[in-house]
Amino acid sequence: MAQSILAQEPQVEIEGAGDKVTARLAGHWIAENSERVESLAAEITGGADQHRMIIDLGRVGRLDTLGAWVLDRTRHELGERGLAADFANASPEQQILLDEVAYRGFQEQKVVKRSKVIDFLVDVGKTVHEAGRDLVGGVAFLGELVSALLRVILNPKRFRGTAVVNQLEQIAYRGVPIIVLISFLVGCIISQQGIFQLQRFGATPFVVDLIGILVLRELGVLLTSIMVAGRSGSAFTAEIGSMKMREEIDALRVMGLDPIEVLIVPRILALVIGLPLLTFISSIAALSGGGLTAWIYGDISPDVYLSRLKAALALNTFFVGLIKAPFMALVIGIIATLEGVAVEGSAESLGRHVTSSVVKAIFMVIVLDGLFAMFFAAIRY
Amino acid sequence: MMSDNRHPAAQNREVVISVRDVEVGFGEKTILKDMDLDIYRGEILGFVGASGQGKSVLTRTILGLVPKRAGTIEVLGQNLDELSPSERRLLERRWGVLFQQGALFSALTVKQNVQVPMREFLNLSDRLLDELAMLKIEMVGLKPDAADKLPSELSGGMIKRAALARALALDPDIVFLDEPTSGLDPIGAGEFDELIATLQRTLGLTVFMVTHDLDSLHTVCDRIAALGDGKILAEGPIEAMLASDHPWLRAYFHGKRARAVMAGGA
Repeated sequence: MAQSILAQEPQVEIEGAGDKVTARLAGHWIAENSERVESLAAEITGGADQHRMIIDLGRVGRLDTLGAWVLDRTRHELGERGLAADFANASPEQQILLDEVAYRGFQEQKVVKRSKVIDFLVDVGKTVHEAGRDLVGGVAFLGELVSALLRVILNPKRFRGTAVVNQLEQIAYRGVPIIVLISFLVGCIISQQGIFQLQRFGATPFVVDLIGILVLRELGVLLTSIMVAGRSGSAFTAEIGSMKMREEIDALRVMGLDPIEVLIVPRILALVIGLPLLTFISSIAALSGGGLTAWIYGDISPDVYLSRLKAALALNTFFVGLIKAPFMALVIGIIATLEGVAVEGSAESLGRHVTSSVVKAIFMVIVLDGLFAMFFAAIRY
Repeated sequence: MMSDNRHPAAQNREVVISVRDVEVGFGEKTILKDMDLDIYRGEILGFVGASGQGKSVLTRTILGLVPKRAGTIEVLGQNLDELSPSERRLLERRWGVLFQQGALFSALTVKQNVQVPMREFLNLSDRLLDELAMLKIEMVGLKPDAADKLPSELSGGMIKRAALARALALDPDIVFLDEPTSGLDPIGAGEFDELIATLQRTLGLTVFMVTHDLDSLHTVCDRIAALGDGKILAEGPIEAMLASDHPWLRAYFHGKRARAVMAGGA
């Protein structure tokens, strides 16, 4: 069937007789033959030199909207050149289609040309403006969150324990395997590199101090925060975003429920509780990985490793990492919520906001870690 | 209406879609059983049935979105089970679907939505691509400025119209409409019915319309098929439906709402 359609290529014969030109069309004038339809239409326009033109559709097989449109456009273009053109021998169906299609110009969308420099400056300005708005929005949202928390504390019946536990399972419990695996491997890697570099100074045993302090102060909490931002922050943004797209958040609001209390407080609480727990697990995994590698590459037996760790670490080393975790959780939660709420109608917008939720959260986690490092250095903790 | 002179006698009408002994089910549950249905060229078939009886399931089965357990479906004389993937693609170009929620691509503007099938299947010049998309958009009664809007910026009625424009992009032979007037106000629904009738006349479409709208059934449908208990309870013009004794059909076509429609002089 398809072959026969293509075989019936549109054709045109143009012949002049007396004061009029007749274009006899044949074949299928349909979208599948669009290129030929257009070139033949141009031929018809070119072939017209008299005042009157007859476009004879007598032998046209099939005609669809594209064919009708191009033919009527041709007629219109001839008309603009002062040449009258008419259709002849169109079947009733073809005539209906030609009438319905009725060529009209569509006004071109004006494309305003702008200079690239100005575009660039506009982009920079917009980005700065958005960053400022994000900051203000973040602080305002923090306020809302705290007030919602206070409401929950003052009226503990409104506390949604089940939701918090459910979120804790999603965020913390289900995240344990991947975080353990990654931390263990990173512990192995820094231990191995540490041994290689310290060997040159004959200071191999100090690799234990290196691992212990690095992991407990910085790496455990950083790795965990980045993983949680990727795992749970993105899920959080997508959930809130798609709920907003489907008007579920509006539904909560009109039922007299506060979306922040119902959706966001449990998630952020779960993050704030879950992230320190995960940080602890991550640190232990990284220390184990480091210990294993130190045993293999540096001949440091587990006994020695543990006793050196004990000597190298004070309780505050452990706390420096752990104190940071709830703040990281708060930052991740706030960014994820704000991005989720900013989702608009389209699937593309959802994707964009999930991406930027993860990117912003990871960026802010690292910035915050830097600020903490400066703070702890200043107070010599 | 015009329907009588458009298709002469029922016997020599061309069958466009033929459904035979089709059985569809999910898990333990059988939704359609021994289902037979013919759709003739150039008609507007209204497909009614209580919610949950499988109207959408049949539509989706014909479209190949839901697998069937038994039976044959022929579309335009081709058995869907025997088609090679490339033949199937050719066939799919010849039908257009208006989904219940429109199913417009949310990241594309209305015009781009209409152009998706055109770009995919036809080799059009940029100028024609633009002009044809605008033509379809105007044909379904949207204003030209709607062309550059995103689906999220459209009202319910506009979404239906835009989705119809997309369904018509390739000049299909058959158009499937899943509850085209649901969610529209009565005036908008009436206009939409008119639009479907007009387009059906101009483009020679065959329309398969799943609907609950009694007004649509009265005004635009040439024939109605009623679904119940997994099979066709009755089919025929509206008069046959009104004359039927089946309890569900009586309740449907003689209920309070139906009487109100009749009294309204539809």
